[in-house]
Amino acid sequence: MDFPILSTLIFLPLVSSLFIFLSRGQNYNSAIYISLFSSLATFILSLFIWYSMDYASADFQFLEEQSWINDFIKFKLGIDGISILFIVLTTLITPICIISCINSVKDRVKEFLIAIMILETFMIGVFCSLDLVVFYLFFEAGLIPMFLIIGVWGGPKRVYSAFKFFLFTLLGSVLMLVAIIAIYWITGTTDVTQIYEIKIPKEYQNLLWLAFFSSFAVKTPMWPVHTWLPDAHVEAPTAGSVILAAILLKMAGYGFLRFSLPMFPLASEFFTPLIFTLSIIAIIYTSLVALMQEDMKKLIAYSSVAHMGYVTLGIFTFTKQGVEGSVFQMISHGLISAALFLCVGVVYDRLNSRMISTYGGLVNYLPKYSFLFIVFALAGLGLPGTSGFLGEFLVLTGSFQKNYLVAMLATFGVILGAAYMLWLTKRVIFGVTKNDQIKNLKDVNKSEMIMLGILALLVIFFGFYPIPLMETINVSVDNLINNYEIAVQTEGLN
Amino acid sequence: MINNLNILLPEIFLTLSIFSILMIGVFIKNSFNLIFNLTSLIILLTIVIILNNPSSVEKIFLESFTRDAFSNFFKILILISSLFVLNSSKNFILDKKLAKFEYPIIVLLSILGMFFMVSSNDIILFYLGLELQSLALYILASIDRDNLKSSESGIKYFVLSALSSGLLLYGCSLLYGFTGSTNFELIANELSKENTGAVFAMVFILVGLAFKVSAVPFHMWTPDVYEGAPTSITSYFAVVPKVAGLAVLIKFMLIPFSKILMEWQTIIIFISIASMILGAVAAIGQKNVKRLLAYSSIGHIGYALAGVATGVISGYESAIVYISIYVVMNIGAFSCLYLLKKDGEYKENISDLSGISKKHPMLAISFLVILFSLAGIPPLGGFFAKFYVFTAVVEQKMYALAIIGLLTTVISAFYYLKIIKTIYFDASVISFDNTKNKFAQLSIFISCSILLTFFLYPSVLSNVVDTLFLN
Repeated sequence: MDFPILSTLIFLPLVSSLFIFLSRGQNYNSAIYISLFSSLATFILSLFIWYSMDYASADFQFLEEQSWINDFIKFKLGIDGISILFIVLTTLITPICIISCINSVKDRVKEFLIAIMILETFMIGVFCSLDLVVFYLFFEAGLIPMFLIIGVWGGPKRVYSAFKFFLFTLLGSVLMLVAIIAIYWITGTTDVTQIYEIKIPKEYQNLLWLAFFSSFAVKTPMWPVHTWLPDAHVEAPTAGSVILAAILLKMAGYGFLRFSLPMFPLASEFFTPLIFTLSIIAIIYTSLVALMQEDMKKLIAYSSVAHMGYVTLGIFTFTKQGVEGSVFQMISHGLISAALFLCVGVVYDRLNSRMISTYGGLVNYLPKYSFLFIVFALAGLGLPGTSGFLGEFLVLTGSFQKNYLVAMLATFGVILGAAYMLWLTKRVIFGVTKNDQIKNLKDVNKSEMIMLGILALLVIFFGFYPIPLMETINVSVDNLINNYEIAVQTEGLN
Repeated sequence: MINNLNILLPEIFLTLSIFSILMIGVFIKNSFNLIFNLTSLIILLTIVIILNNPSSVEKIFLESFTRDAFSNFFKILILISSLFVLNSSKNFILDKKLAKFEYPIIVLLSILGMFFMVSSNDIILFYLGLELQSLALYILASIDRDNLKSSESGIKYFVLSALSSGLLLYGCSLLYGFTGSTNFELIANELSKENTGAVFAMVFILVGLAFKVSAVPFHMWTPDVYEGAPTSITSYFAVVPKVAGLAVLIKFMLIPFSKILMEWQTIIIFISIASMILGAVAAIGQKNVKRLLAYSSIGHIGYALAGVATGVISGYESAIVYISIYVVMNIGAFSCLYLLKKDGEYKENISDLSGISKKHPMLAISFLVILFSLAGIPPLGGFFAKFYVFTAVVEQKMYALAIIGLLTTVISAFYYLKIIKTIYFDASVISFDNTKNKFAQLSIFISCSILLTFFLYPSVLSNVVDTLFLN
């Protein structure tokens, strides 16, 4: 591939942010059109890449290499079946966020759009990079726009949340930076594909794995370092919550798949009990916490922690079902949690409250909204026929092959998930309308309908017909697990 | 002998120009503007002369003076940073009525002192250069002589610095006594671990140098002097002497103390860790931007020293890259302070920055870029500076130093974020005057562009630095 298509994909939003910066006009129409247009162009470009890539090959495709830092670190990009899905998810969610901010962001719209577009660049970069330093660069750079999005456009406790988000993530990541530099001195390269082949010696693996884990655990987030997430979600503006839940959290899961598993197979095997324990605690404990929430956004945030628990559980089963289920779960959670946060955003724009007690009986006055909300709530609890079901089902199938106890405990989480989601629906959508303001509310408008409608269609479509996703990741996941098993068998003997 | 004088051409040119403009200043009234512009011109010309000077190694005057790529690089860095610091502070100097014609001349004299410091190959020449530089800096610190704080900072700096110079001189004399020579190379040949007296001498010299770069535990003067001195002087203090001090430190490790590196290294590791921790922790409670930048500069010197502490060429290179990017960031940060003018008064409290993003979006975004870069967040220049240093540190398997260093970046990120919070999240209170300080705006622009685009081609700086140690 001669044309640097991945670089184009990465830097298109960045270039467009420059145009947004230069745009003029009273009501920011031109800025919104530019960002919408360019994010849609990015989306179409990513679809084109998805369409034109070869699923049958487990190799990295659309490779790009450029000498970068002193000839020893290369700016290397490339994608495989797993990363393309996250890229498409990113480019899909970004235009939806831009549509959502038409209704919800009133102040400094231009700056907001610039932040979103720059963030998109960094997010796509994370999923494309095949070099540890490039990955770290994009992974960390995303903190800056997100910090500003939470801090400038967030709710009343925004400063605390923004600081907590930034410092937690930074603290986790600096250890990963030490590990990346150490890997460079151990193997002589930071090129991921070369490290796969060189194989890091056994004695280093555990420490390096822990250093990467410290970063990914904060980002996932896993219990007990998940506490930044509810705060960040609650205070962030709607679009910020959507990006946070749909994409930023997936970076860590992707990181486990791309780095921890193939680079440190022995350590991954060694630390599996740790991951299982933390995942189970995340699934059960945070589901219980979610039950008690008064704030809708906080409830969804805790449910995200629980859902990400399934993801980490699935990845570390090292079975085909488990890993595929995790990837599927990440994509589907990306769609569902985005949609749920948008749903909260819709009513928040109207009544300025996220408290569950403010609402109740919405179904009588906002029928369309209620229908969509119920669809997403059911998808969130994993109802068969929605995409939420398949991910959890595959993860549980995978974990049953590994460990009965863990799988059983995880299954409890499904029941708890149904409990908090249904109870939320009951309190918000059904019941008696106590609040008089609700009677005057308008139902979803056109732009809200577009973004929620698209997400609803996708959630149901992938629930019934997951084959496009599965086909894309199939060979890459097979390859991942094969390499892992070979590594564990050969090196385990020594 | 006469033929060799062209090796000294930059120094000779600088000396003669200083005397000539001093004469102009004495005989022409109200000549500040003229002398200021002449100073900029002299600095530019000196840069041209150095660039035309071949960078092959030459030693003259009984091998006491070296000219090589290393010293040329530092001289150019010193000149360029002085040029930016001086010109962006011109409006400030005029507003604060500091426009005495001696001001730029003293700056030039301190530059001359630094030239001899970085070129010296002999402890006597080194000491002379250091003293010339320090004396010029004492005067600069107290140049606002009717201001209590400025005089106080001048006296404080003088007393403490004189003490440290004394220690340094004592170290130099011990070194001479135990090795029988003042020449760096000859000292290097005589030194060995068994030579306890020389190790003592080394400690005294290190104390003196640590004071000059304001590394912990010899940093006490920094916050007071930074706060008390006029901002234009503070920005000079924060940038230029640090460059020269680091250059000398590296030179001492390269030549005279190359045989007792182990002893030297332990002390530098301690100083580096202490500076990083203090720079991170002590800055948190600060309310004055200049004081905060003082602590932040202590922390940054700690990172640069971490590179020096490795005791290998790649480490020194990383420290030089670090200090170069540090210069860029600090010039930008101080230039931002020159724009915070309200009714003729320059604001320097963090709370005065509250909500400037609403009324001064460009200033706010520049501040944002510089602060995130100081915090070392990718993809900005400051990240690459840290990346180079920690790559060198981990190469030497000094994992503890690397981990402590990176953890302190998280702590220090907190106070940079606090300023960003004040700028972006808080309500707007002050709207500053629209200044016509074109040069300060230009240096902010240049500094931000370098920091923002550094990631496109990070090797450009380190390629230059790589050539410094070829011989």
